Amino acid sequence: MTTPEPTNVPVKIRTVVTERAPSDISGLENETIDAALPGRTGSRVEIRDLSAFYGSHLAVTGVNLIVEPTEVTALIGPSGCGKSTVLRCVNGMHLNTPTGRVQGQVLIDDINILGKGVDPVLVRRNVGMVFQRPNPFPTMSIYDNVVAGLRLGRRGRRTSEYDDIVEVSLTRAGLWPEVKDRLKAAGSSLSGGQQQRLCIARALAVEPRVLLMDEPCSALDPISTLVIEDLIAELKASYTIIIVTHNMQQAARVSDTTAFLTVPGLGQAGALVEIGPTSRIFSNPNEKATEDYITGKVG
Amino acid sequence: MTDTIVAAPITRRQQIVQAPIRHRGRRRVVDATMTGILAAVMIACVAVLLWVLGYVASIGLQFLGPEFLTQTPPGNPADAGGGFVNGIIGSVEIVGIATAIAVPLGMSAAVLIVEYGGRLARWVSFLTDVLVGVPTIVTGAFVYAIWVTQFGFSGLAGAVALALVMLPLVIRSTAEMLRLVPAELREASLALGVTKARTITSIVLPTARTGVITGVMLAVARAMGETAPLLLTALGNDLFTEVNPTHRMSTLSLQIFGSAITGYKAAQARAWAGALTLIAIVLIATIVARLASRRTFTSGR
Ligand SMILES: Nc1ncnc2c1ncn2[C@@H]1O[C@H](COP(=O)(O)OP(=O)(O)OP(=O)(O)O)[C@@H](O)[C@H]1O
Ligand SMILES: [Mg+2]
Repeated sequence: MTTPEPTNVPVKIRTVVTERAPSDISGLENETIDAALPGRTGSRVEIRDLSAFYGSHLAVTGVNLIVEPTEVTALIGPSGCGKSTVLRCVNGMHLNTPTGRVQGQVLIDDINILGKGVDPVLVRRNVGMVFQRPNPFPTMSIYDNVVAGLRLGRRGRRTSEYDDIVEVSLTRAGLWPEVKDRLKAAGSSLSGGQQQRLCIARALAVEPRVLLMDEPCSALDPISTLVIEDLIAELKASYTIIIVTHNMQQAARVSDTTAFLTVPGLGQAGALVEIGPTSRIFSNPNEKATEDYITGKVG
Repeated sequence: MTDTIVAAPITRRQQIVQAPIRHRGRRRVVDATMTGILAAVMIACVAVLLWVLGYVASIGLQFLGPEFLTQTPPGNPADAGGGFVNGIIGSVEIVGIATAIAVPLGMSAAVLIVEYGGRLARWVSFLTDVLVGVPTIVTGAFVYAIWVTQFGFSGLAGAVALALVMLPLVIRSTAEMLRLVPAELREASLALGVTKARTITSIVLPTARTGVITGVMLAVARAMGETAPLLLTALGNDLFTEVNPTHRMSTLSLQIFGSAITGYKAAQARAWAGALTLIAIVLIATIVARLASRRTFTSGR
């Protein structure tokens, strides 16, 4: 899929999610740092009647889903059914594509982030994203990649705090032991799996409330995949996570809720077919389409 | 005796298995031929380049000495000796000012075209294409008409003319480099809650840095050699060393041109030395820019 260059979105300035007190990480110097941030949970995400367009092309329609804080929701479905598009609506990135349009609402802690007057920058401070292909900033070191969001986003952290934030974030992403002696090396000097964990660390460093992951393991080996799945299990106490995956086992392993999207027919828009607890979707789906997809009969 | 053995009939299976081997000879020939052609073309290109450099150097070096770099030309062009110090200073100063004008403007225009788009961007893009096609003597005449007729000949007028020559080159090369920056990097930055402006200055431009600098250096080299737009603007001044850009100034290119068209051997010798100096200045500037654009990862523990 092509991802056109972002352009300006004519929505501006309003705080979306109430600023929270910066979490206290000073007590986390010891080696074993729990991925969870004590005393905080993610945000509640609710998608209401969402339709997303590229120009006049309706890509996906009729999406309704609720993600409770501390839950992991998996989006599954055949290629082109609009999983990435839905995900990109949750942090407003879809409106950044030149022809991107939406109808419906995405509520994060009851604030419609697709509404007029919402500043997409503030939305994204609270909704992090990990992309399908690892994309560390090539001009930056590992260290600088991790603090990029804090530094470039002017997040009011003192430079003296950066060392701790880098260590905590990399530890939570399961990368610290591998890179702790080469933090000044180029981010792009890492292997693909390490780069992806670096990108996760980069997203965690700004402490979003919601974490969107678009096929985060599709470029990774089984071991790196397991590391990231374990990480998701730990992170869900503090972050609301929505993950897109083509791997049924992965959806079954990491998610509490599974949503199945599909394209009903050639040339039609993608749509949400079924959503429910992961265990039920995988053992006893209500819809025939879901069962066919999960058992590998189609898609 | 072995050459009398008759080969057994080849089965279909053997044919398939042997197919690549049968073509191997032809492939080798094609491979060798193409490699040879490409090598010849490359040698031809490099040879022309080395010929020009070598020729200029062989003649220029005969006349290039400390005197050449410290003195102005003699009053009588037929006399030997003297130098182009005023032209060296003029070239560096005028091109420096032109770069200071063209680079910020050109980079901003490229950012507008690639990162923002819209109607204004399309106009700027169109005007850039027009400006690229304007002959540089016309640029000089234009600056003469709107500037020199009011304020007289000056190094500054020359710098403006050169800036107009450099501007479309900078815009085009920078825009090309910005387009090469993957959209994923922009999205990664935006997804961290970084503003678009900051994404451009801190992610997109640094990623494109090496290519942008190369483009700027090409424009600088081009400006260094430009003579036509300076004839009508900076005019030239061979009497003394002028450093004030509001007065008429000489440049290396003007001096090379002026000396080469005289019939005097001594003046032509100075033109050769001047040509070599010009090449050396461009080369040094390029190397310095290359070194400066080396990637460094400075911050960290
Ligand atoms: N930038 C774009 N411009 C135009 N159409 C697009 C764009 N991106 C996606 N689409 C269209 O939107 C539909 C949904 O695409 P999307 O990328 O959301 O699918 P997906 O479910 O993520 O697929 P995959 O599993 O292959 O990643 C597709 O029909 C696609 O052609
Ligand atoms: Mg996708």
